[in-house]
This record gives sequence, structure tokens and C-alpha cells, in this order.
Amino acid sequence: MPTNDSAVIEFRDASARAGGKTMVEGLSFQIAQGETLVLLGRSGSGKTTTLKLINRLLDPAEGAVCVEQKSTTEWDAIRLRRRIGYVIQETGLFPHFTVERNISVVPRLEGWDEARIRARVVELLELVGLDAGSFAHRYPHELSGGQRQRVGVARALAADPPIILMDEPFGALDPLTRAELQREFAQLSRSLHKTIVFVTHDVREAFALASRIGLFKDGRLVEISEPAAFARSENEEARAFCESLN
Amino acid sequence: MTDLINFFIKNRADIFQLTLEHLFLVAVSILAAAAIGIPVGIFLTRRPAWSKPVLAVTNILQTIPSLALFGFLIPLLGSYGIGRVPAIIALFLYSLLPIIRNTFTGIQGVDAGVREAARGMGMTDWQMLAQVELPLAMSVIIAGLRVATVISVGTATIAAAIGAGGLGTYIFRGLRMSDNILILAGAIPAAVMALAADFTLGLIERRLAPGRAKAAGKTAKLAFATGIVALVAFVIVTSGVLSKKSERIVVGSKDFTEQVILGEMIAQVIEAKTGLAVERKFELGGDLCHRAMIAGEMDIYVEYTGTAFTAILKHQPITDPRKVYDQVKREYLSEFGLEWMEPLGFENTFAILVRGAEAERLNLKTISDAARYAPQWRAGFGQDFMSREDGYAGFARVYGLKFSAQPREMDLSLSYRALAAAQVDLIAGNSTDGLIDKLGLVQLQDDRRYFPPYEAAAVVRREALQRYPQIAAAINDLAGKITDAEMRRLNLAVDGESRDVREVVREFLSSKLEH
Ligand SMILES: Nc1ncnc2c1ncn2[C@@H]1O[C@H](COP(=O)(O)OP(=O)(O)OP(=O)(O)O)[C@@H](O)[C@H]1O
Ligand SMILES: [Mg+2]
Repeated sequence: MPTNDSAVIEFRDASARAGGKTMVEGLSFQIAQGETLVLLGRSGSGKTTTLKLINRLLDPAEGAVCVEQKSTTEWDAIRLRRRIGYVIQETGLFPHFTVERNISVVPRLEGWDEARIRARVVELLELVGLDAGSFAHRYPHELSGGQRQRVGVARALAADPPIILMDEPFGALDPLTRAELQREFAQLSRSLHKTIVFVTHDVREAFALASRIGLFKDGRLVEISEPAAFARSENEEARAFCESLN
Repeated sequence: MTDLINFFIKNRADIFQLTLEHLFLVAVSILAAAAIGIPVGIFLTRRPAWSKPVLAVTNILQTIPSLALFGFLIPLLGSYGIGRVPAIIALFLYSLLPIIRNTFTGIQGVDAGVREAARGMGMTDWQMLAQVELPLAMSVIIAGLRVATVISVGTATIAAAIGAGGLGTYIFRGLRMSDNILILAGAIPAAVMALAADFTLGLIERRLAPGRAKAAGKTAKLAFATGIVALVAFVIVTSGVLSKKSERIVVGSKDFTEQVILGEMIAQVIEAKTGLAVERKFELGGDLCHRAMIAGEMDIYVEYTGTAFTAILKHQPITDPRKVYDQVKREYLSEFGLEWMEPLGFENTFAILVRGAEAERLNLKTISDAARYAPQWRAGFGQDFMSREDGYAGFARVYGLKFSAQPREMDLSLSYRALAAAQVDLIAGNSTDGLIDKLGLVQLQDDRRYFPPYEAAAVVRREALQRYPQIAAAINDLAGKITDAEMRRLNLAVDGESRDVREVVREFLSSKLEH
């Protein structure tokens, strides 16, 4: 179990509101260095909101969210976000940029030189299983949905951030491609030693990738445990999810 | 058609100049509107609460009719009240709405996911704007520029009414003289200009649309950038060519042929007698001459006593010409600081006209003579005469006129031809209209002095007179020199025979002043 000191991310009784509506509340948990925490829950249960609290796209209304022992509200938002790779739910690739430009956004913001950028792009495309020669100069609308999601993952990894947030990166894929990507990603995450928060509503995916699973229901974290413990959980919502496996 | 081509060939230098002026007005106002409107549109995306009021204000601006807007601007701008400055300001204001609105909606329309990705990747607001929002909104912004440009090219034609030049000069002149060739000579280049702007910007707009293939986007960006640079260069160069201002006497005129002739006459007299440089600001609509005089933008123009008395000083019409002149002279000096020179000799008033042959047969000299025959006659009057305070109703009462039928209301120039063709028997024309002689019509004397006097005389700004006292003598050389018949002849020479105003005036002056 992670301790306070080694926690890369820590939620302390955090809640988030928008337009008078409480989106999440009473979140308290820690994520350790190198861990892959999978956030599971039904649609609208607060998974994306939780990710946005980490990279300060949202400020907590109550409580605090700490990244590397510092409250996000004390972080310079720009510096914080450059340390956190982010794969957003609908990939969010820039339609006016080529694959290469999309992947190299953060390295460019960070002022890398051209040669280093080019090498990194090739390396990342390889990593996510796309041939640099035929994909680097395409535009997002010239890619399939699955290819776009791979590029989205590559983009999040580009500047080698220690933390990566992934919001349903493999949503809207056919089951075969999805399983393939999950397998590749499981290998990848083990070799990269990154702290990863991964959102899904697919329980199979959660078990395949997680070092721990956090379960959301109506804006609250109702269960957080390692996959084996999760499978035995007494929690009603957790049981409902596990039963959907069979 | 060949007439039109010949006109273009003959006047190509003139047309080129007017086109240049037109382009200048449009280019300056669009550049300014883009320079202000795009940042404002961007600002609104950062403070959406402001977008409603700002868009509402620009929307209202756009609904103000252009002549009215020019009218408002004249007193506001003081000594810049007429000419290019108010025209550019008006065009600028009209262009703001499409540019601000499209910038705002273009950026707002950028996909929320893309925007969130940009923020999530740690872009600053500026980086997001420059790298994501503006490029993705560019085609919508260009569409706004395109709409603004096309509107401006059209609206700029109206700027001729306030002395800003441009192709509208031909259109207004053509409308006034019902000369279709002139109207087309102004309208065709303006239409071509609008279509060209529409086409070019439309092309760039489509090329820049998000999701377009790479190379096209690049060249479009390049074309856009070059276009802007070329536009700025054009503005700088033409502003040098078009503005050659120095110490000048500004002579103005209203927007009909007689006024242009008189303005030209005053200008030539001053040039000849005093050697001062004269700038001509002719063909100004409405009461712009008067406003321009008060604003100090114009030094001299020719006004009519009756117009000054009723329309400007707002008095009830009276009939004694001397009294009207004296009162107008006194009040102009005390109220506006404007000096009336000696009357030029002729009057431009309503002229009750009959066919010459008829006048001779029935021995008609005065309106009273004609009143006896009215019950067997039909009359045709222009809208103006039918509706004016000093028009038909009072006229019929004073002379006890009853026609065989209710007078027909028709276009003024048509009524001349209707009279000549014996479709009507009596009309109210214009005492200095060249058509009177051309069509062999006769003016009946206003023996009961129903019509207020409309004596023509030059009005000069007091400051200009104090600075250049020699102008008064030069202008007063023309005092009493132009009779009604002579004014008609001059009008006919320009309107009827399409002769050049400068030439007609030069001839007239040399016959009148040399001895
Ligand atoms: N800007 C907002 N204003 C008001 N309510 C919001 C806003 N954004 C999200 N919500 C609400 O907050 C709740 C949590 O949303 P969130 O996006 O975190 O759900 P999610 O678990 O990611 O769902 P999904 O699986 O569908 O992506 C939902 O009920 C949503 O309607
Ligand atoms: Mg979500």
C-alpha cells in the first residue's frame, strides 16, 4: 500500500462543483509512483471530473488535490499540465495539425530542437504501433478512429511526463482492436514506470490494466482496491460490474 | 452597349482615378475594421458576458442608413466632416459587425474537446489562441471579412454624396441626369470589384477551412499574408497620391448640374482673379454643403435665398426678394458666421410652364392669364411640387385654379416631355432647366408673387474672407451677371449636350468678364 510520502497524487476530501451542481464529492485517496489506477463507473459518475481535478482543469470546491505533495491550486497550472500527459475522451487531436505536429505539441511548447522532436515522433509512433513513414504527415481526418486514439496516446507521452491521465483512450473501438491495444498498453505501462490514471466504464479493461481499481457511483468513490480484492468486494455497485463480466 | 464602351475608353483616366479612390476607401476601412474587430471578437470570447451588448451595438450601427450616418458624423468630426474621413469611419463602422461576429462565433465554434486538449497539454491562453483557436476559426473570420468587404464596396458608392469620391460619383451624377451610361460606368466597376473580392476571399476561406489538405492550407495562408501586405502597401501609396492638400480655398456644390456649374464658375473666377489654389468639393447631397461650411470644411458654395430662408433658418416663406435677401444675410452672419455675396442674377424657383405655341395662340403672359383656360386643361406636377408647403395647394388657391381633372403626379423630367407631347397642358418646372428652351416651353409670370424668391448667391465663410479678402471682389464680379435664360443655356449645354463643365464655364466667363 502506498504511504503518504510516496503518493504522487493525493485527494483530500475533495469535491468539485459546476453551475451549482456537485459533480464529485468527498474524494480521498492516494496514487503511488508507478501505479496504474483505473477509474471505473457508469456514465456521468464523475470519472472525467476526477481527472480534471488532477491537471487543474478544475479547482476543487472543497478539500484539496495534491500532485507531488503540492496542492494543485499552488501549482502554476501551465507547469503542472506540462508534467501530466492527457489523453482526452474524444482524442481531441488538433484537426489542423498533422500527426507529427499533434504529437510534438508539448515538446515544441517546451522548446525542444527540431532534430530531437523528429526523433521523438518516430520513436512514439513506433511505440503505439504506427508506421512513421506513412502516418507522420497525415491529418487526423485521414486516420481511422483507432489510429487517432493511438496518436492521442503518443501525444500524451511525447514530453515524457511522469504522470499520465487517460480518459477512455480505447473507447469506440471494435472489441478486437480494443483488446490488442489493451495488451500493448499493459506492456507499455509496465516498461514506462509512469503513474497512470486510466478511466473506463469497461470492467474487462479495468482488470486487464489496473494495479488498483477505483469505482465511482454518483460522484463518490465507493470502492478502491487491487483487482483481486475488487472481484470479491461486497459493494453492490462493484458486484454489479463484476457480474457483467460473466 | 457601344456607347458604354466608348464612354469607358474616353474616360478611362477618370474611371481609373475613381476606382482607385473607391478601392482606397474600402481598403482603409476594412483594414481598420479588421485591426479593431478581430481583437474585439477575441476579447469577447474571453468575456462572453460582454458579447451580447457589444454585438447589439454593432448591430444597431449597421442598421443606420448610410446617408444618415454620414450626417451624424459631420458635426462630430468638425473640420474633417466631409470627404474621405467620415466615409472611412462610416464604412469602418459598418464592417465591424460581420468581422467581430465571425471572429467571436468562429472561435466559439472550435470544438470543446480540442480546446480542452490544448488547455490540458499546458498551453497558455495566448498559445491556445495562436496555435489552435485562430487557425481553426480562420475560415469563419475570413468569411466575415468577405461579407464586410462586399458590403463596403457597395456602401462606398454612397460616400460620393459627402465628397469622398469613388465610383459613386458617376452613379449619383447618372441618376441625377437620368444617364444610364454614367450609372453603368460607376456600377459596373463597383460590381466587378465586389465580385472579385468575394471570389478571392471565398477561395481563401475554403482553402483555410479546417480539415483541408496540407498544401492548400499553406498556400492559402501565404496568399492571405501577401494579400494583407499588398493591401497595406496599396493604402500607403494611394494615400500619398490622393492627398495633396495644402493651403486652399474649398469651393463646394450641391448635387445637381446647375450647382456644379456655379461651383466651377466660382472656382475659376477665384483662380483667375486671385491666384489662390482652389479645391473643389462638388456634388454633396442634402444639406451637407451647409453643414460643411459650419464645420469649417468648406469655404464657399452657392445657395438660394428661399432655401436658406425656409429650409435652414426655418422661417415661413415671404415673397419680397429684397426682404428675404436682407434677412438671410443678417441672420447667416450672426448665426453661422457666413457672408452672403451679391446675388448672381437669376432665380431657381418653380416655373409654371405651358407650350410656346399655346402661349402665343392664347396670348398668355402671366399665370392669371392662364387661369381662365385651366378648366379645359390637364396639369402634371412632380411629387415635390404636390407635397411642398409652397407647392400646389397654395398655388391653386391663390390663382383660383381648377383643372379639368385632378393634376397628375409624375416624375419631374417626365412632366416636361408630357407637356411637350400635349399629354398635359401645364406643369411646374424648374426656372433654370435647360429643357424649357430645348422643348420650346414658356414660363408664365408669377404675377401674384405666390412663389417665394430663390435668388442664387455665393455664401462665404467669414474666416475665409478675413484671411483672403480678395475673394469677395472676385466673386462679386459675377454679381447680376447670370440671367435665367443664361443659366438655362448653361444647364442645357452640360445636361442636354453632355459638354464638359469646365469648358462650358470657361467659355461663359470669357464672354462675360473680359469686357
Ligand atoms: N460543466 C459541467 N457543468 C455541470 N455539470 C457537469 C459539467 N461537467 C460535467 N457535469 C456533470 O458532472 C457529472 C460527472 O461528469 P463526468 O464527466 O465526470 O462523468 P464521467 O464519469 O466521465 O461520465 P462518462 O463515462 O459518460 O464520460 C455528470 O452528471 C455531468 O452531467
Ligand atoms: Mg467522462
